[in-house]
Parts: sequence; structure tokens; C-alpha cells
Amino acid sequence: MDRLSGIAQGIKTSKAYYCLECGKCTASCPVARYNGGFSPRRIVADAIEGSAERLLTDTLLWVCLACGMCRRRCPMDVDFSGFVRSLRTAALRDGYSGLAAHGGALHSLMRMMTSAGMKQDRMWWVTEDLDVGSQGEVLYFVGCLPYFEGLFKPDLGFEPTATARATVRLLNAAGIQPVVDPNERCCGHDLLWSGDEQNFQALAERNVKAIRETGASVVVTACAECASTLRDVYPRYVGALGFEVQHLTELLSDRSGKLSFKKTDRKVTFQDPCRLVRHMGVIEAPRQALGLVPGLELVEMAHSGANATCCGTSAWMNCDQTSKLIQTERIQEAAATGAGTLVTACPKCQIHFRCALSDGKTGAGVEVEDLSVLLASCL
Amino acid sequence: MPTKKTAARRPKAKAKAKVPPKPKTKAKAKPEPKPGAEFVPRIVVFACNWCSYAGADNAGVNRIQYSPHFRVIRTMCSGRVHPSFVLRAFEKGADGVLVSGCHIGDCHYIFGNERAIENFEKTKALVKTLGLEEGRVRLEWISAAEGPRFGQVIDEFIDEVRKLGRSPLAVDGRSPARAKDPGERPGGKRTGT
Repeated sequence: MDRLSGIAQGIKTSKAYYCLECGKCTASCPVARYNGGFSPRRIVADAIEGSAERLLTDTLLWVCLACGMCRRRCPMDVDFSGFVRSLRTAALRDGYSGLAAHGGALHSLMRMMTSAGMKQDRMWWVTEDLDVGSQGEVLYFVGCLPYFEGLFKPDLGFEPTATARATVRLLNAAGIQPVVDPNERCCGHDLLWSGDEQNFQALAERNVKAIRETGASVVVTACAECASTLRDVYPRYVGALGFEVQHLTELLSDRSGKLSFKKTDRKVTFQDPCRLVRHMGVIEAPRQALGLVPGLELVEMAHSGANATCCGTSAWMNCDQTSKLIQTERIQEAAATGAGTLVTACPKCQIHFRCALSDGKTGAGVEVEDLSVLLASCL
Repeated sequence: MPTKKTAARRPKAKAKAKVPPKPKTKAKAKPEPKPGAEFVPRIVVFACNWCSYAGADNAGVNRIQYSPHFRVIRTMCSGRVHPSFVLRAFEKGADGVLVSGCHIGDCHYIFGNERAIENFEKTKALVKTLGLEEGRVRLEWISAAEGPRFGQVIDEFIDEVRKLGRSPLAVDGRSPARAKDPGERPGGKRTGT
């Protein structure tokens, strides 16, 4: 597909031609709030007026978080995030890319996971008390938690795989022995959103083949990005899945009858992940899941539910001053609720908030904890 | 003063051909396996500018003979070697990666090699989770004067990687992921830097 037809296709799929140039997108954009040069409205106008080719070499193409706030506010429901993604795919084909954080380590790992011959050693987080299997009805899609632990545990001082253990504990408590596949690959979300469709396709094919071989009919994950990618994006690349995909909060909410929690007096607030709340439209399930714990007080932030602000970094791309400002404002908003803990339902949100807190300069502090870890601690 | 009498006692000069002086004995590298007999490992070495790269140069100047199956990438300090560098090497089909810097206490930037240790811990964890054997990555301190030791470390490391075989991420020496790495196309440009 040549670059112009790629852009034209992107305009068509995202319905960008409906743009009224009202500017509500730019007004709602968390990036535009701090980066005066970034305007979703102007990007769409440029593309439609015909200077789309110049856009492909623009650094600003890579600062969009794909958080979906623009689409939520758009009177014409233009899918600006999707449009940016197709522009990035076209740009990457030409050899233009944004700047991947952490030296591109995460992206390297994801691309390596397309390899047929690899045998990962990714089950070391499974402790004796956890009950997992290799065939079954429900499969727990772990995601990149084992890799996040290698890269971030020393600096951020927490164990990403604690989310995995807590998730299995919760599933076991609900009477489920989840399948955990040692041959699982990255869902590919970050490759997709940074324009690498080819490698994303390879990952999607490997994952779906592996999941089908376990016989699972339900795939559950504690990561909002994995859930959104598996459920809503994979079918476009590999066809009908043959299994259902749920975020952990949806499954807990569905099977709440099987779970009982001890009373607690903790006060928390909740970060709606963009991929869960706007990409998937799941707003109530996390609140229902938190509501299962007697005595747990949930105080909503000023921007919550479908209006929740993004955690500031997406697909590890162009993580910079703007990201830090977005994260700082969100952390201050969380602290303003008076809650001691900011609960996340996506490992990316947790990592990005912990990173922002790590220099002690956010002007406010909260503890950050994953929803699965919180709930498992109340079992 | 030579006289007829003393001439009789003087040993007669023997006719000698002009022979050049014998060269000093050179150290020989271990014999390489015949081509095609075993696979040839591809090793990437990250060497710090001040100690290890100079040490490698020292090996060359002293004509140390050692296995040639490696490529050196010079960094100013071993602490610059982020896990992403090592992962990139494996992604591109390396079978083993050696990170080398100054001895602790001797870093040109005082504590850079301590950063190298921190980075290497992360590298080891990631490499392990990927399923690569731990023998495929190594951290060594080699000083500028340790030319022979550089050769020795390379020989040992290549031997170990040879026993481990081709990296499971490389196919005929080329990682399949590499072929699809979009940033690597000829004329590939990067924006945002």
C-alpha cells in the first residue's frame, strides 16, 4: 500500500472527513494541555487538505496517547486515535519513527516474541500455593509482567508479577483453575500503536493459535491493553477468535457470587485505564469488583469513569516532559480525594504512576496498587 | 696487530650465507574447527573506551592470537550499556554478548561501571525470561593493560557460546524479527530524537 493510499484509507476508516474543525478534540486532549504545538484538529485538517505526507515526518505524530478522549467529545465521532495509528503505520513503512523509551527494550522484546523457535522461561512467578493448569475452560493471559519485573523492579521497587499471583489467587477463589501458557507471547498492543502492523500480525497469529490449542473458551487478563487488543483488535487480523475475552474486573463482577472478602477500612481511588473505559466501554465492572470488599471506601477523582485522564504514556513512545506533567496532575488529583491508595487496573498505569512518583517531585503522594493485589489481600 | 703467527691461531672465517635473524616464537591461537564442522558463533562485545577497548587494542598491538568471531562496539563507559543494547544484539541474531568495562574503582567516570552492574542485573533477568541461556551474556572488567586477558576472555566466551549453539532467536544467524524491524530499512530515518 503506498503512503498516500495508506493515509486515504486511514481517513476513511476513522471517518476523519466528517471533521467539523470545532476543536473540541484539542480542548479535551491531555497532551495538548501541556504541549501547545499538538493539535488533533490541525492534524486532521492537514491530512484532509493534502499535506498528509509532511505529517508522516512530523514528530508530533508520535505524542498522541490514543486515550480516546478526543473521540468521546467529538460531535462527529471521528476516531482520531485510529487515524493517528494508520499515519504511524504509513510513517514506519517509510522508516520514520518516534522515540521509544528505555532504549526500545520493550519493543525489542515484543519483536523477539514473534520468533517461532523461542522457549521462554516465564513461569517463575507461579508460587506453590497457586493452582494453574495447561488445559481448561478459562485461560489467564499474563501479558508482559515477567519482563516488566526484570526491567522495572530494581528502579521502581515493586513486583509487577504480584499482579499475576493475585489474579490467579482470585480466580482460584472463584473456583477456577486457570490455564497459564508458558508459550504466551506479548499481545502486541505497543507494536500496533507504534505502527508496526507486520510484527503485530505475527504476534496475534501465534497467540490465537496457542490459546485455541488449550481449549479455553474464556480468556481473562488483568491488563486493560491486552484485554482491549485481544477482544477488539485481534478479530480484525486473525478472524473470529473462537473464545471470549474479559478483563479481570468483568470476570470478578460476573462471578461475584463465588467470592467472599474480609472487611477492610481502606480508602482508595481508582484510575480508569483508557483501554478499559473508552476503548472497551467498561466503566462499572471495576467499581462492582471493588464494591465486593466490605468496608472498602471508593472516592472518585474529579475526572473519573469515561472522563478519566490517561496515565500519560502510551506504547512507551515519546515519554517526556509532557507525560510527566500529565502524570503529576493526575497524581495530585488522586491525592486530593484524601484516599491513601490509587488503584490501577492496567500494569502500564501502575508503572507510569510509580515512575512519576519516583523522583519525589510530584508535589503530592499516593500509594499505587493494582486492583488484583488489593482484592487478593482481602480474600 | 694481526701477524702471520697470530693469524694461525685465529679461527678461519667460515663461509656463511646471509641468514636473517630468527623471529621470536609467536603464540598460536587454538586451532579453529574446519569450516562447516561446527557453527561459528556471532559475538557482540560492548567495550568501554578507556579500559576495555584499549585492552583489546593492546591485544592487537601485542599480536595476541585469539578467536576472531566477534564485533566490538565502543561505548565511552560500560555504564552506558543499557539492557536494550544487549537485547538489540540478540534481536539482530547475536549468539552471545559480552559487556566489558574498567575494574571497579578504576572507572574513568568514577562510578559508571557500578551502573554497568545495575544494568547487567536487569539484562540477565530479561535474557533469562526470554529463554536464552545465562552463558550467552557476560560482564567482565578488562583494563587497558590486559591485552592477553582480553584474548583469553574472548576465547573462553566463544567456547562457551559454541557449546550452547546457535541462539534460539536467530535463524541461520539472522533473527526473524530483524527482517521485519521497520526502523532498520535502508535510509531509515528517525524523528523525535
